[in-house]
Amino acid sequence: MDTSVNAPILTRRGFLIAAAGTGVAFSFLTACTTETASTAPPFEPTQWFAIDNNGIVTVNVIRAVMGQHVGTSLARILADELEAPWENVRIAHVDSDPKWGLMVTGGSWSVWQTYPLYSQAGAAGRIALIEAGAAALGVDPASCTAANGEVISGDKKISYKDIIRKGGLTKTYTPDDLAKITFKPAADRKLIGKPVTSLDIVEKTTGAAIYGIDAKVEGMVYGCPILPPTRNGSQVTYIMDAPAKEIKGYIQTIALKDPSNTVPGWAMVIADSWYAAKKAAAAVTIEYSPGPTTNVSEKDLQDHAAKLILDASKGSVLATGATDTAPAFKAAKSTIEATYTTATALHFQMEPLNALALQKDGKWEIHTGNQWQSLVLPWLAKALEVPETNVVMKTYRLGGGFGRRLNGDYAVGAALAAKAIGKPVKMVMTREDDVKFDSVRSPSVQKLKMAFDKDGAVTGMEQHVACGWPTEVMAPFFMPKGEKDVPFDPFAISGANHWYAVGAHKVRAISNDLANETFRPGWLRSVGPGFTNWALESFMDEAAHKLKLDPVAFRLKLLTAEGANAGSAPNSVGGAKRQANVVQLAAQKAGWGAPLPEGTGLGLATSFGQERDMPTWVACVARVNVNKGTGAVKVEKLTLVADAGTIVDPDGARAQMEGASLWGLSLALHEGTEFENGNVKARNLGAYTPLRLADVPELDISFVESTEAPVGLGEPATTIVGPAIGNAIYNAVGARLRHIPITSAAVKAALA
Amino acid sequence: MTSFKLNGKSMTVEADADTPLLWVIRDDAGLTGTKFGCGIGMCGACIVHIAGKATRSCVTPLSAVEGAEIVTIEGLDPKGQHPVQKAWQDLQVPQCGYCQSGQIMQAAAVLKDNPNISDADIDAQMNGNLCRCMTYTRIRAAVRQAANAMKGA
Repeated sequence: MDTSVNAPILTRRGFLIAAAGTGVAFSFLTACTTETASTAPPFEPTQWFAIDNNGIVTVNVIRAVMGQHVGTSLARILADELEAPWENVRIAHVDSDPKWGLMVTGGSWSVWQTYPLYSQAGAAGRIALIEAGAAALGVDPASCTAANGEVISGDKKISYKDIIRKGGLTKTYTPDDLAKITFKPAADRKLIGKPVTSLDIVEKTTGAAIYGIDAKVEGMVYGCPILPPTRNGSQVTYIMDAPAKEIKGYIQTIALKDPSNTVPGWAMVIADSWYAAKKAAAAVTIEYSPGPTTNVSEKDLQDHAAKLILDASKGSVLATGATDTAPAFKAAKSTIEATYTTATALHFQMEPLNALALQKDGKWEIHTGNQWQSLVLPWLAKALEVPETNVVMKTYRLGGGFGRRLNGDYAVGAALAAKAIGKPVKMVMTREDDVKFDSVRSPSVQKLKMAFDKDGAVTGMEQHVACGWPTEVMAPFFMPKGEKDVPFDPFAISGANHWYAVGAHKVRAISNDLANETFRPGWLRSVGPGFTNWALESFMDEAAHKLKLDPVAFRLKLLTAEGANAGSAPNSVGGAKRQANVVQLAAQKAGWGAPLPEGTGLGLATSFGQERDMPTWVACVARVNVNKGTGAVKVEKLTLVADAGTIVDPDGARAQMEGASLWGLSLALHEGTEFENGNVKARNLGAYTPLRLADVPELDISFVESTEAPVGLGEPATTIVGPAIGNAIYNAVGARLRHIPITSAAVKAALA
Repeated sequence: MTSFKLNGKSMTVEADADTPLLWVIRDDAGLTGTKFGCGIGMCGACIVHIAGKATRSCVTPLSAVEGAEIVTIEGLDPKGQHPVQKAWQDLQVPQCGYCQSGQIMQAAAVLKDNPNISDADIDAQMNGNLCRCMTYTRIRAAVRQAANAMKGA
C-alpha cells in the first residue's frame, strides 16, 4: 500500500481510492466481509493476479482505461479460467514498471493480445488451488473440480479463501509452464460472453471518477504553456512578462530547455491557480526564431503527397505476394484509376491534455492519462536527464484516448517545468492549445488502379498511399520492412493489404516528409485503415459500377478465401470466407436490392479491421437521403455486422461498435480541418464540429456467433462507415465523392 | 469576495470576480466531477445547476453567482440515485465518462421542467452536449427511460 504522506491527494467526500500493490484499484465494489483476520500471505502464481486470504482476486491490468471497459473484459478472461466468482474480482491498473513488458493500449489489441496470457494465468491458479485443495481434503486431485471459488470432490469441498488461509501455497509458474496449459472448452465458460455490469459505470455517473486532470498533490503550482509558431524547430528568443506581473497569483514564465527535443520552443507560465496562469499567458509577450514550416498549408502537404506518389522510387512496397502488376496492366482489356484524399482530422478528446510532474524520494512521478507508457518514458528520462528507472508513470483514467495519448509528448512539458522551478507542476492546456498541439491524423492522398481482362475478371490492382507517418516519427523501432528491406509505417498503410483476390497486387506506402516535419502525425482511432478503406472501398464500388455489376456481388466474387486469403489458425481461421459472410449478412439485414424512395440509396463497405494478423471482419450498409438541391446528406441508418471471434463482454463490445461506427460517420461528414501557416486552422468547437446527438442515425449492430480467437473491436467499424456513406450517395443520386469530409457543396458539385 | 451556496453549503471565495465558476468548483471547492472541456461553453462538460437551470460553468464568471444556489453532479442526489443517474447506470451509458457529468446535469434540468418530453425535444435539448466516445444512442435511450421514471414518480 502506498501510504506515504506525500502520496497524491485522491480523496473526495471521504472516498479513498484503495491502493493495491503498485497500482490504483479502480473497483469500488463493497469490500468483502473480513470476519476473522488472517496473516496468510496472498497466493500469487504469476504477476498477473493475486488471491488474498479473504478469497479476493486482484487482477493486474497494464492497459489504459479510456472508456472501453478493458479492465472488465480482461479480468473476466482470467476469472473464468480461475473459476473465481465475479463478485470477488478486483482490478488494479498498475503504474509503469519494466516487469510488465510493453505497456501500450491501442490498435484494438488489448483483448486479442491478453486473451492467451490471462487464460493461462487463470488456469494455472486453478490447477494449483485444486492440488492444494485436494491435499487439504485428503483426496486425489483427479477427483476434484473447481467452481465458484471452491475446490470440490464429491460431497467434500473447500473454498479458495480457506486454502490460502492454510498457508504454504507458494507455487509459481514460468512462462514455459504457462504455455503448456490448456484452456477449458468454450462450452464450460461461465463469464466470457455473458452479460456483465462494467466495474466503472457508477462512479462515472456521480462525479467520483478521477481522471488525469483531477490529480493533485500538496504544494503544487499550475502551469499553462505558451506554444511556439511551429511544432518543430522554433526557439524562444525573448520573453517580456511585465503585464503578467499585474495578475494576482502569477509566479513566473520559463522558456523550457528540452534535451529530448520533444517540446521545442515551449514556454510555461506558472501561477498559483490555473486560471491565473491562463490569464497571465495571454499577457506575456514571446519572440521566437521560428521553425521552417511557418507557411505550410494543407494544399502544400497534399501537393507534396501527390508528387511523391508520381515518383516510383519513393516509399515501400509491401510483400503481398505477386507485386509485379505491370504485365497485368499491359495485357488489360480495360482499366480504372482514381485518386482519393482525406483532410487533416483532430482527436479532440474531451479531456484537454494535462500532466502533473513531481520529484519524490529521488524519483520523478508523472501523473497523467497515457496509452503508451513504454514510448514516453525514454523521452521523459532524456528530457529530465535521469535514467529511465528514475521515472514512474502513475496511472489515471483518460477522458478519451482515441490514440492521442499514445503520444505522451505533453507530459514532457510538465516535467521540464517542474524540474526548472523545483516544485510539483500541474500543467493543463487550454482547448485551443490542446488542438494546436494535437498529433493529428495526417491528410492523405491515395491513387488506386485496377486491371480487367476481356471477361471482366480482375487481373491486377495497385494502391499507393502517401501521408505523414506517426510510427516513423515517434516509434521507428516498430516499423516492419517491405520489399527490398525498405521500412514502412504499418499503421499508415494497413487496410490496403486486403483479402480480395485481385491477381497481381501492389501496395505502396509513402511517407510524406513535409507532413512529418510540419506536425507530429498521430495515431487516430483506426489509424491507416480509417483512410485506406475510404479509398479502397469507394474504389471497389467504382470498379463494380464500371463492370455493371452489383457492388455486393462483385465483392463476394473476389472474397474467395484461396491461397494467401485462406486464413490460418489461431487468429484468421476461415479467412476471406468470414468477410464474405459479414458482407452477405449486412446486405440481407439492410434490405439490399429492395426499392427505395427518390434520393435515397444504400451503400456497402467492408474490411478486415486493423491488421491481417488479427482480422475483425466487418461490413456496413449505410442508408442515406440526399437533397439534390442543396447537396445535404442525411444518414438515416447504419447496419453493421462484425465477426470478432469470441465476444468476451457483449455489452462492452456493442458499445465499442456504437462509438466506432459513429466516429466513422463523424469523420466522413462532420469533421476535418486544414493546415494554414504551419498549424491547424480549427482550434475549438464552432470551427471543429464533431457529430452531435441530433444527427445520430438508427444503428443496427450485430455480431456473428463464434468461438474463434477474440480480436479487437475499438476501431474496425470506424473504417467502413465513410465509404459506405460515399457509396450510398452514389447509389442515391449518382454523385461520386472522393474526399472526406464530404460536404454539401462537394455533393452539389459532383451532381452538376 | 463572493458568497454562494454549493450543494446546499454556504461558501465564500476570494478569487477574482472574472474567474470562471468552473475553476472555483474544481480547485477551490475541490469538487472535480464538473469537467473542463472546451472553455467556451460549447461542449457541456462543465454544466451545473444554478437556481435549477442547466448552466455552463466555464463561461459563468464568479461575479454572476453572488447569492446563487449552485448544484454540481456531486450534489444532484445524496446517494447518486437520481432517476437520470439510475438510467445512465442501467443502460451502461458511460464509456470514458468525461462528458457524462454534464450530460446528466443537462438531462436532469430538462426533465425536471418537462418530464413529458418528446423524442424530438430530447434530441434538441441534448444536442449541445458533446460526447466524443459517441455514446449518443444510449444517452437518447437513457433520457427516455429517466423521463418515464420521473413521470411515474
